[in-house]
Amino acid sequence: MIFLQMFLTYFQIGLFSFGGGYAAMPLIQSLVVDGKGWLTMAEYTDLLTIAEMTPGPIAVNSATFVGQKMAGLPGAIVCTLGCITPSVIIVLILAWAYTKYRNLDVVQSVLGELRPAVVAMIAGAGLTIILMAFFGTSTLSEIPGSPIRFIEMLLFAGSLILLRLKKAGPIQIIFGTAVVGTILYTIVGGI
Amino acid sequence: MEIIENESKQKISLVRLFFEMMKISAFTFGGGFVIIGMMRKKFCDELHWVTDEEVLDMTTIAQSAPGALAVNSAVIFGYRMAGVPGALISTLGTVIPPITIISIVCLIYDAFSTNVIVQTALRVMRAGVGAIIADVTIDLGMNVFKSGNALNIILMFAAFVASWFFKVSAIKIILIFIALGLAMNFLRKKNGGKEAKA
Repeated sequence: MIFLQMFLTYFQIGLFSFGGGYAAMPLIQSLVVDGKGWLTMAEYTDLLTIAEMTPGPIAVNSATFVGQKMAGLPGAIVCTLGCITPSVIIVLILAWAYTKYRNLDVVQSVLGELRPAVVAMIAGAGLTIILMAFFGTSTLSEIPGSPIRFIEMLLFAGSLILLRLKKAGPIQIIFGTAVVGTILYTIVGGI
Repeated sequence: MEIIENESKQKISLVRLFFEMMKISAFTFGGGFVIIGMMRKKFCDELHWVTDEEVLDMTTIAQSAPGALAVNSAVIFGYRMAGVPGALISTLGTVIPPITIISIVCLIYDAFSTNVIVQTALRVMRAGVGAIIADVTIDLGMNVFKSGNALNIILMFAAFVASWFFKVSAIKIILIFIALGLAMNFLRKKNGGKEAKA
């Protein structure tokens, strides 16, 4: 029965987490840590560190972490399935509706207004990451007191040139900056 | 079974879709919008399976549903490219890397989280991730400027200020812009089509 409980708990997390990874965290804490007691507070803190250091959405990462701890790999798979099932169902319905109705006038005009907003949100996510890379913080008021990371600025400029002029692939860029940056920091000793 | 012809009469390989999604997911450090940038580069720039406009529309839809942005965009991109099988395949491709990586990291957590090389690599990686998003933003932003639609350019900056400086949530911005779109549509209809293109 523990598998059913794990599935249902993560189904709720998937269903009620609107607005990205960090919006899901309080929900995960209240259901998994405070509610079921499947994780201790210390393990939950470890989970946050791991989620930060690994690729993948935080909800899926936490599902794997909790499932793995409760019942090994089958547990990890059950929790992850629970977490993504609501998304798959809801987005499929929306996707079907989009394909069917996107040529309607009203839908066209609403989507037309939405596109610039989406560009703006992508730009905002980019700016946050760039400031984090350059100054270690994305809060504007903290930037003047933060050390400037010239190596990251160099890597950023190099990456952007390769992306725009040489059509480099994103995976090559991420891998490349990790390797070159780590080597540079080892040389200058700022590791 | 492996090759699917979709509604736009494109032939899409499910195996290719699965492996492309797996690669993107394995390298998506830094949140949901990064995966959108990666998917745009791969499926729009490189493979020409989707258009820029579709990328933006699908991002809106992925944002409007609950759950992780990465999973939601995998579902809708997969559906657009190869129907329901495409949606399921690309979702599977998206979740396999995190399940594998977290399962391994759980076992070696202490060694992993205190290793200085791992920490430095993860930190400098942000510079590359930032460059990828900047590259995508330049392309998408240029499209808005090139359209020459002054209103859209103003709306783009307004949305940026709202989301970045005032931290208005994505879902609220989407709802406000839907209301705006409906109002504009209503006004255009009222003007009886003579300014239909305005």
